[in-house]
Amino acid sequence: MVQRGNGNGATTGTWQVKVGLAQMLKGGVIMDVVTPEHAKIAEDAGACAVMALERVPSDIRVAGGVARMSDPGMIEKIMKAVTIPVMAKARIGHFAEARILEAIGVDYIDESEVLTPADEANHIWKHPYKVPFVCGCRDLGEALRRISEGAAMIRTKGEAGTGNVVEAVRHMRALMSGIHKVQSMSDDELPAEAKALGAPLELVHEVKRLGRLPVVNFAAGGLATPADAALMMHLGCDGVFVGSGIFKSGNASDTPEERNKKIVNRAKAIVKATTHYQDWAIVAEVSKDLGESMPGIDIRTLKPEQVLAVRGW
Amino acid sequence: MTTSGWVHGKPTPITWELAMQKAPIPRMSNIGVLALQGDFLEHILVLRHLGVDPVEVRKPEQLEALAGLIIPGGESTTMANLMDAFELRGAIQQRARQAMAIWGSCAGMILLAKHLVDERPMPLGLMAMTVSRNAYGRQLESFETDLDIPALQGKPFHAVFIRAPKFVGLGKNVEIVAELPNGEAVAARQGKLLATSFHPELTNDFRFHQYFLEIVHGTV
Repeated sequence: MVQRGNGNGATTGTWQVKVGLAQMLKGGVIMDVVTPEHAKIAEDAGACAVMALERVPSDIRVAGGVARMSDPGMIEKIMKAVTIPVMAKARIGHFAEARILEAIGVDYIDESEVLTPADEANHIWKHPYKVPFVCGCRDLGEALRRISEGAAMIRTKGEAGTGNVVEAVRHMRALMSGIHKVQSMSDDELPAEAKALGAPLELVHEVKRLGRLPVVNFAAGGLATPADAALMMHLGCDGVFVGSGIFKSGNASDTPEERNKKIVNRAKAIVKATTHYQDWAIVAEVSKDLGESMPGIDIRTLKPEQVLAVRGW
Repeated sequence: MTTSGWVHGKPTPITWELAMQKAPIPRMSNIGVLALQGDFLEHILVLRHLGVDPVEVRKPEQLEALAGLIIPGGESTTMANLMDAFELRGAIQQRARQAMAIWGSCAGMILLAKHLVDERPMPLGLMAMTVSRNAYGRQLESFETDLDIPALQGKPFHAVFIRAPKFVGLGKNVEIVAELPNGEAVAARQGKLLATSFHPELTNDFRFHQYFLEIVHGTV
């Protein structure tokens, strides 16, 4: 619902301010953080926002069990620690977690497949919230279904916590090829295509007209290097999410100080590569001497139940 | 669908519509938009419809031929980091001393300030004002409203404020360009420097960009 604001005849919680914040994040890097200390490191490294969660995705993979919304107390500490926007994850379909995140005043909610879904049939109906939502997708149909539910920002899912960019590429390629296909179709073909995509016809028309998604779209899931960020920017995203790829880099033998230094250096390098993705000399320069990237996982070795991207529809 | 849903039955940001409309043949290319992070594309789309072929500025040498620079909305800490990493801070300050006009919207206004209430980021220190970041609150307090702006003729200007900063102190050479109904300044000007706490680039009303071009050309 539209809320009356601050006594200046102003309205808050509108679609325009929801999408507007995502527009401000473009060209930037959003970093996963689990503690206020991590959040400060991310802000100092140039993150345009942070994503608060209980464990980074690679640790969620190791820990197993049910992954839930992070402790609201910890999220509040992160909100106090940094001046950049703070996003937080709610489980797919868990509107109570989303309402809690809205109540503590986070800037964006990620209804995320990285957490264990709470509802395997329904996503959150996101329009009534004052707080904006970002949702994952693997292709055009999934993106448009989430937008129709009220997501004001989209990210391609990739496969979080693997340090392997292949799924992020697969999903971005699928999304872009879906867009290209719609663009090449005549209007009489669009209803059948909308049916095949499982997406509202109006949004399919809008994609044909725009030649892109009608909201900001970031890449996520498996990015670990400046080159990964530059690759995804070239494939057509507006910015990138990075998590485990930063905080799981370095060697086990590093001291905590060495480790933090490597984390900051890698985070800064990814920020620079995202800005200068068209300038290969700069991407090359910032890629030097970053130390070990996170080990990474070959997606083909994951068991079906370990694949996160298939959660949600 | 509730009223917080899409505007005009479509989710697309209004400024993106401009990408699908034919822009006039550009007459000028001496205006730049700082393109390190944020909504620089939105500023570029509006400028193209005003006959400008803007330069995307990511390196110091791209500033050399510019008569005007826009610092867009985005995250001021991110932009300040990247300005320092790519030697843009000193270059922008030097061009400002050589009378290059600069307009900062939101994050850009923070960077233009002489002083910040906040510890971070280090601003460019160009405009005689003190600014407080996120001073209206977090995203839940982001708002839109109509402003009567004397410098722009005609209908009220629809202003979008996203986690907006506030002017908390203005030097004596700084004039207020726009205020909220409660009298709080939301746009100000000092010579060739212009600052807005809102985002004219998120609407399809070109009057603020036109006003900046007039400042660049010294006609206002």
